[in-house]
Amino acid sequence: MAENRLIVNSSPHMKCLKNTSSIMLDVIIALIPAVILSVYFFSYVAAIIIAVSVATSVIFEYLYNLVSKKKQTVSNLSAVVTGLILALNLPPVKSSIWIAAVGTLIAIVIVKMLFGGIGKNIFNPAIAARVFLTVSFASQMTSWVAPGVDGVSAATPLALAKAGEITVYLDLFLGNVGGSLGETSAFALLIGGLWLLLRRVITWHIPVAFIGTVALGAVVFGQDPLFHVLAGGLLLGAIFMATDYVTSPITWKGKLIFGFGCGLITIAIRVYGNLPEGVSFSILLMNALVPLIDRYTIPKSFGEVKKNA
Amino acid sequence: MKQKKHIKGGVKTPHYKNTAKSETKFMPIPEKIEIPMLHHIGAPCTPTVKKGDEVMVGTLIGDSGAFVSAPIHSSVSGTVVDVKKRLFPNGANVDSVIIKSDGLQTIDPGIKPPDIKSKDEFLKAVRASGLVGLGGAGFPAHVKLNPPKDKKIDYLLINAAECEPYITSDYRETIENSWNIISGINIVMDFLDIENVIIGVEDNKPTTIKILNDIADTDKKITAVSLKSKYPQGAEKMLIYALTGKKVPAGGLPMDVGVIVMNVTSVSFIAKYMKTGMPLVKKRLTVDGAVIKEPSNVEVCIGTYIKDLIDFCGGFTEEPYKILMGGPMMGLAQYTADTPILKQNNAILAFNKKQSMLPEQTACIRCGNCVRACPMSLMPQQLDVFSEAQDVEELQKYNIMSCIECGSCSYVCPAKRHLVQSIKKGKVLVKTKGQK
Repeated sequence: MAENRLIVNSSPHMKCLKNTSSIMLDVIIALIPAVILSVYFFSYVAAIIIAVSVATSVIFEYLYNLVSKKKQTVSNLSAVVTGLILALNLPPVKSSIWIAAVGTLIAIVIVKMLFGGIGKNIFNPAIAARVFLTVSFASQMTSWVAPGVDGVSAATPLALAKAGEITVYLDLFLGNVGGSLGETSAFALLIGGLWLLLRRVITWHIPVAFIGTVALGAVVFGQDPLFHVLAGGLLLGAIFMATDYVTSPITWKGKLIFGFGCGLITIAIRVYGNLPEGVSFSILLMNALVPLIDRYTIPKSFGEVKKNA
Repeated sequence: MKQKKHIKGGVKTPHYKNTAKSETKFMPIPEKIEIPMLHHIGAPCTPTVKKGDEVMVGTLIGDSGAFVSAPIHSSVSGTVVDVKKRLFPNGANVDSVIIKSDGLQTIDPGIKPPDIKSKDEFLKAVRASGLVGLGGAGFPAHVKLNPPKDKKIDYLLINAAECEPYITSDYRETIENSWNIISGINIVMDFLDIENVIIGVEDNKPTTIKILNDIADTDKKITAVSLKSKYPQGAEKMLIYALTGKKVPAGGLPMDVGVIVMNVTSVSFIAKYMKTGMPLVKKRLTVDGAVIKEPSNVEVCIGTYIKDLIDFCGGFTEEPYKILMGGPMMGLAQYTADTPILKQNNAILAFNKKQSMLPEQTACIRCGNCVRACPMSLMPQQLDVFSEAQDVEELQKYNIMSCIECGSCSYVCPAKRHLVQSIKKGKVLVKTKGQK
């Protein structure tokens, strides 16, 4: 027996099969219904936007690691997730193809890698990029079209609502409305959310607190809560973006506070703001508060004895 | 009876109880054994024999004047061939008595059943037996059974949870020696004046539950409770919580909540000792792992070398890459198979390359799985960060000393962070700072 070969390390000597890539793969699987429906409603343009966004996202991360001589991290699939989510946040028009590339450059290089890469970024890369794009390319980012191949321009349900028009619930639920690629179909997003819950990738705390606060806020402001839940980017944001591990609190208490804060800011912007939509801004703002929330939600440890002041 | 509380956190590990049906085999007496002077938690013993001395089975070979310590006895008859310092995998550099066996197993004439009338005599006998906690920790039993007068003990809990994967040594005890277990429980109850006894067993061992329940029924005060299998339910604080709902305060002991916890094999040994007077010189171990030819439960003499034990189990099927003393979650990796078996050992596992290689550590993605898995409600991921930053103040704020090192956090971590290792380092930091 070659005893010098024996491996000595600290316990435990057993690890579960889950790893970062398998979690990211679950997120990708959860996004597939939204991807399929976006291509169904918005035709090949949607497919091109998604492909470009995912490809550039991965390429930028690969190049960044190459140039900065860091270990390659593209295999953990987080860049694919960022690219996918960013694409689903873009309007289904041709200009989004180059916008996607600019967006992933911001998301991957500036928001993620320059902060230290996966796990170290303060802001959700896709959200930060979407906000950056909305501010920088306001007209392209709001050139909404109605579903179909022809790309007839149309307003989003939220914008319509601000103008006093009502959209049918069924259209909202299925996604047969104007809006960004992936946010329109509540149905697809809920299936994805269910997958994430079943696979224990996310817990219910953030989505429920987020969506619940928006619905409750709508009631308080005398508006239709179901409409507010189904319209705009709330479901996409609450299920897929606010739950991003890196940029959300760790404990369940923190997650509830975080979700509540996101909901509050969203409904405030929707009701009082100039913008029709506030999901991205709310998540971005709450991202900044995560270290603070984490600080104040340290769980009481088992058998913890009260410390005398 | 149902369990009182469900522990928070914990993980569902695979059980791998491959040896559950393996009846205890008795290993022939090895030619040479080595007994270190420190098995237990506490002060090491000083050898009471020297090179050339003749010893018999049960002869005292090491003792200590310290309260928290336990005497050590020879497990074979033969000649002491050497007494020398040796570094053990747990980091202790202690005297070690090497004995060449004569193969006769002559029993020391001084061995006779103890004559006990009082609690004091009982505790003295427990000390003399050399018993330490056989669940793995090795805390001297006579110390555990002797709480200060102001601590009223309401419950004696018997730990038969055996939540570590692979290990079936306690399970075999419940099947093969169930009467000793009940008899041992009665002895402890009588001398320590304890009224309630709860035996905790995980529900992946239905036979144990049935056997113990059948016997326990004769006395209403002894009940066996089936616990929903979850690692680390056999950890002392977790078991107390699961069986009684009481939380041992941080830094406290079970006696602070009126509880004494004993391992099932420990309590069974007490009954055996009272009948025979033979001190703790033998122990049943589970020998398993992918490269062990014949995984089995084996009763060995304390001090048997790991390699001899593995040879008895048919040797290796392929080259081992890791040898563990204990289970895969908390066991100690050995750098050599020349290490002797200790009193409190309950398993020797040998792994192949695939089982032994550690996945590469990647960046924490703050998924929070470790926080959810921690049975002590700590934040392992934060402790990892502060341990790396050597920030003692933050480590204390996040209650690092409460960590029981069960390994649940490292087990679930998708980034494969070495959380337990990092926390262990952090603990040392906090301790050394406290001494300044």
